[in-house]
Amino acid sequence: MCLAIPARIVELEGDKAVVDAMGNRWKAKTTLLPEAKLGDLVLIHAGFAISLVDEEEAKETWRLIAEINDFNQTQNKVSG
Amino acid sequence: MRDTLHEILDTKKMLERIYKAQTLMDAACKALGRQINIMEVCGTHTVAIFRNGIRSILPGRLKLLSGPGCPVCVTDQGYIDIVLQLADRDDCLIATYGDMIRVPGKGGSLETKQSSANVKVVLSSEDALQLAKDNPDKIVVFVAVGFETTAPATAVVVKEAAKETIDNFCILSGHKLVVPAMRALISEKNHNIDGFLCPGHVSVIIGYRSYAEIVERFSRPCVVAGFEPMQIIEGLGEICRQLAAGKAELKSVYTAVVTEQGNVTAQKIIAECFEPVDGYWRGLGEIEKSTLQLKDKYSRFDALKRFDITETQTEDTSGCRCGEVLCGLIEPQECALFGQSCTPQEPIGPCMVSSEGACAAWFKYGPERRRKQ
Repeated sequence: MCLAIPARIVELEGDKAVVDAMGNRWKAKTTLLPEAKLGDLVLIHAGFAISLVDEEEAKETWRLIAEINDFNQTQNKVSG
Repeated sequence: MRDTLHEILDTKKMLERIYKAQTLMDAACKALGRQINIMEVCGTHTVAIFRNGIRSILPGRLKLLSGPGCPVCVTDQGYIDIVLQLADRDDCLIATYGDMIRVPGKGGSLETKQSSANVKVVLSSEDALQLAKDNPDKIVVFVAVGFETTAPATAVVVKEAAKETIDNFCILSGHKLVVPAMRALISEKNHNIDGFLCPGHVSVIIGYRSYAEIVERFSRPCVVAGFEPMQIIEGLGEICRQLAAGKAELKSVYTAVVTEQGNVTAQKIIAECFEPVDGYWRGLGEIEKSTLQLKDKYSRFDALKRFDITETQTEDTSGCRCGEVLCGLIEPQECALFGQSCTPQEPIGPCMVSSEGACAAWFKYGPERRRKQ
């Protein structure tokens, strides 16, 4: 339930946003974060932006998620 | 393409940080001369701790207790049975977050009822409101479960429903507050807790100042951490640093998104729509001012009032010990049902159902090897 993902606001009209994380785009609302602007990195939880995010931290999360994806997709062969 | 040198430097730096945290942990164990119990309140932390194998680097005398921070797990049976009751009605559509659908209740679960098309899984409260707009002939009941991270999202759509007069929308509020639960645990249920690893995203909303009461009144360190392994390790290290020094302080290592005051906009919207009332938590019993109820201004969106339902607490006689797991009193494998009659495929209690439940985590990730002191 605490799951939240950093994403960049790529479209914003009023409090209706489209956000992008690692190439995936989806709708979110910025009602709870009125100071959010186009281009900002935000933390998305259950369809709402709840906080601004530091750029380096966001990259670290995306890197970890990508690594998990890579791991899940590779053939895991036990050697030796 | 990976930058190998960058990786090596990264790894070295990471190992240094881990070693530093371990030194703090060892010092605390030595200073206190007994087992140290740290409660990780949040279900997402429970899973992250397992997934990253964090127990394997902790000293033998540092024990992590799973706490009640899994909203599905602490939702009492009475609430679940009400949802199932409403799902049976032809005039209702149930909109719920995914993790609720497998919780067993009277006559099955929402998942087994899903085939009747009355149950829709939603990712956002906005989707639930849209469902109401798209189905004017049905009453949409939003299963509003979650802590302070999720409550603002519910408040936003209740306000929107009021503004746009979407009268076929209502919520069954199961929203709960984390600090009252922590207070209940430390003052009554479990005196073994030496410190708290506080939830990351709840703290984004409430601010880390919210734990001040636990620190000041009960002299327990409260440290907020995020969900990445280094965050958790360093959070635990900080708690141990305080314990070794005989201190209890309020800290956050999740500086990226957690501030002292939290998200004030979100806090205001919660306060506008909800008021804290006494509520019943699975395992913890009745806790004062611990659950959110819609204020009179918005009571027409309260499903309990709409359908004239009284919440009752049902006694669980199945032998399920989720309640004790949630208080950190036992570990899941101490429950006789664990892995036997209660498995993720056929769960009896919500701690096995929920993706953040301690029992599900223990089952999935198995026993951990402990670092030798």
